[in-house]
Amino acid sequence: MIEVQSLNKKYGTTPVLKEINLTLPDQGVTALIGPNGAGKSTLLGVMSRLQAADAGRVMIDGLDVHQTSNAVLSKKMAILRQDNTISLRLKVYDFVAFGRFPYSQGKLTQEDMEHVDRALDYLNLNDLRHRYLDELSGGQRQRACIAMVLCQNTKYLLLDEPLNNLDMKHAVDIMKLIRRAADDLQKQVVVVLHDINFASCYADRIIAMKLGGVVYDHPPELLMTTDIMRDLYGIEMTIHSIQDRPIGFYHL
Amino acid sequence: MISTWYSWPLALGTLLLLMAGSLLVGVADFTWMAGSEHDQQILFISRLPRTLALVLTGMSLAVAGLLMQMLVRNRFVDPGTTGTLESAMLGLLLVALFAPGLSVFSKMLVAATFAMVGSFAFMGLLRTIPLRSPVMVPLVGIMFGGVIGSITLFLAYRYNLMQTLSNWTNGDFSAVLRGRYELLWLGAGLTVLGYMAANRFTLLGMGRSQAINLGLNYRAILTLGLVIVSLMSAVTIVTAGVIPFLGLIVPNVVSMLLGDNLRRSLPWVAWLGATLVLACDILGRLIRYPYEIPIGTVMGVLGSMLFIYLLLKRTQASHE
Amino acid sequence: MNSVRAVVARSLSNPVYRLMMAGVFAALAIVAFLTLNVRASWAFTLPFRGEKVIAIMLVGVAIAFSTVLFQTLTHNRILTPGIMGFDSLYALLQSFMLLLLGRIAFVQLNPQLKWLIEVMVMAGALCGLYYWLFLRQKRDLPVLILVGIVLGLLFRSLNSLIGRMMDPVEFDVLQDLMFANFNRIDGSLLAVAGFLMLLVSAWLWRQRYVLDVLQLGDAIAVNLGLNQRALTLKLIVAIAFLVSISTALVGPVTFFGILVANIAYAVSGSYQHRFVIPMASFLAIIALVGGQAILEYVLKFGSSLSIVVEFIGGVFFLGLVMRQGRR
Repeated sequence: MIEVQSLNKKYGTTPVLKEINLTLPDQGVTALIGPNGAGKSTLLGVMSRLQAADAGRVMIDGLDVHQTSNAVLSKKMAILRQDNTISLRLKVYDFVAFGRFPYSQGKLTQEDMEHVDRALDYLNLNDLRHRYLDELSGGQRQRACIAMVLCQNTKYLLLDEPLNNLDMKHAVDIMKLIRRAADDLQKQVVVVLHDINFASCYADRIIAMKLGGVVYDHPPELLMTTDIMRDLYGIEMTIHSIQDRPIGFYHL
Repeated sequence: MISTWYSWPLALGTLLLLMAGSLLVGVADFTWMAGSEHDQQILFISRLPRTLALVLTGMSLAVAGLLMQMLVRNRFVDPGTTGTLESAMLGLLLVALFAPGLSVFSKMLVAATFAMVGSFAFMGLLRTIPLRSPVMVPLVGIMFGGVIGSITLFLAYRYNLMQTLSNWTNGDFSAVLRGRYELLWLGAGLTVLGYMAANRFTLLGMGRSQAINLGLNYRAILTLGLVIVSLMSAVTIVTAGVIPFLGLIVPNVVSMLLGDNLRRSLPWVAWLGATLVLACDILGRLIRYPYEIPIGTVMGVLGSMLFIYLLLKRTQASHE
Repeated sequence: MNSVRAVVARSLSNPVYRLMMAGVFAALAIVAFLTLNVRASWAFTLPFRGEKVIAIMLVGVAIAFSTVLFQTLTHNRILTPGIMGFDSLYALLQSFMLLLLGRIAFVQLNPQLKWLIEVMVMAGALCGLYYWLFLRQKRDLPVLILVGIVLGLLFRSLNSLIGRMMDPVEFDVLQDLMFANFNRIDGSLLAVAGFLMLLVSAWLWRQRYVLDVLQLGDAIAVNLGLNQRALTLKLIVAIAFLVSISTALVGPVTFFGILVANIAYAVSGSYQHRFVIPMASFLAIIALVGGQAILEYVLKFGSSLSIVVEFIGGVFFLGLVMRQGRR
């Protein structure tokens, strides 16, 4: 369970996180949505100990993330940030294998290799395993990053806009993968999404942020309404039920 | 192609061959098999120490460059473009001014401390500017080093220590004798240490978020890296002097061929550093035989040309 | 009272008055240099110091000119001939010609004629370098700066290599390579250098408005009807002359130009070359002549001026580069 307790954070005088309180269960897919600058990435950053908050704390399975050793946390929670510019010349396999670092400190065991192979399989990267990262397309690199955090085999996965740079097919594949990870492997995946319909189709719960605060926290059926969307994004959206899923239409 | 079974024997063979060549070249008459007392003296007092010093220096500087590139996350740096060497020299010069009686080892420690402080200051400086271009990093570093260097230069000029200063800045192995190079073995030890932590340094090179995500004690490894780099820089300066561009060129070449997984590439960086230095030194001794051209000068020419090539090649893709 | 203040304010914002003030300070620096702490008789001191001050002024003005011209040519305010290693290139060419022609032939040559040949070779080399770096390799500014700095290192290393090849025993690495020396001015070149300087200045004065157009960018310059290619070529030749003058007299100076040029942009109160170039020259004279007067005659630090100047210039350059990164 992840408990976020009255988080506050300011950049200078501008508040970026305002009194955030959340409880995330052990399993499920939680989508984090909201307009640009709402504080989604910052929230994820603080939850994953990469950034410090001014006040409040984040507990993960009873451990305060800012007090607990990195080595312990890296086996419980994995984070993928938005800007994954890896300038190193690493082969895909080696890069993904670094996801096993928390367990083996770099000396790969048989079990580690199985994890790596599985992750490469999951993300369709088998043909690229011996290519260097800098020879890949943006989407391929993104998949390699996801494969790496998957290798970490943690109960909690925090993904900041993982669909960046991906074409439709790969975007759908990643979302399916996230769903499967939650259902089959009993993980809790927190994912920042910009495409509201992806959130609606794949998440159990959608948390909407605006100006540093959590403004809505509902399952998709309750969140996807014309009124809420207008409040959040300032656009008129009609909500249609397609294959029992609420889909927002706002493109015209 | 490099990972085939015979690559390491081949590499070691080349290194040994060059070491043998390095032992044979020299002004004093010397033959392998004569075995006279005179020959043995030349071998053990002058030739062997020199050859070993070259290998150790080449290895240390190349590995120091590689680690620096991981710490700063930039391809175009080595201790010479981050203010590290210049800081070490300032420390050494202050020792020469205020405590000239210190032992070589203590001098080295003072230099290493200064190198640490200088490198930290440089990294702090980097944090104050958003870096739009990777080239800004070495640029700021060179200037930062230049400013520290001109303070050193001024002091050296005022107190008539110019000759001493030039010994540090321009690598010259002609004065290496038994008893004057042994400190360099520390460089070998540090290389092994770097190899043992190779995975951690690779992680460091992926950036802070990634490193922390994977459970690395980011600060501790960063500090360890800086300690290793600073010690290596200090050790080379107090013994034979700096060889310019070595730490920049070697890791770049190895990275292009083998990538940046340090567990795999670090031994090759060490090897190429040693091999290149040996080759350049032999070259410097043969060009104008029986006089010799210091290796710092030879590498200054070769290294700067290679650096410009790398610079133009590696910035090409993103700007055209 | 108010009207006085208004007049003062108006004069201060007028580039002509600003220039005049800088001129007064420059004259004061020269007077200080000639008269501070004189021990020997005036009859000896004045000609002795006079020759020196003329040489230092020539160097300062040449550096100021070449820097402003180069920055106008390359449309930025960070690159300078010194930073791009041109000074070191000239020093390298000198050694190279010595190597090529052999020592005896070289010494027998008339020094002025020898120097003119060097300047010509320098102009040719600069054209090649400029073509390669700025027209073939179109790069971002930071890349160009770094390439320039490393080129400077390459030229210095090559120079020291050639030096050692020619004279392995007594090659004096230290003095020649580490810094310029304002106390070892080559008097035999003063007349010819001064003459060349006059020629370049006269040509520049005629081009002063054209240069204002050129600094707007190549496209605009062409659009406004300039023969931009020919002008570029002429400017490179002029820069070659100027770099040769300063380097032949004192040796390579890396960061001085950037200092005076940028201060001149800031204080001249105008973007026009007819104000900026003289302002930069006055500032150079104030800094070099004044600095040398203080260091040599007051503090008795002898020939450390170039170290001090390079230090200040280096810090200034670091600041500029960092601001460039921030923008």
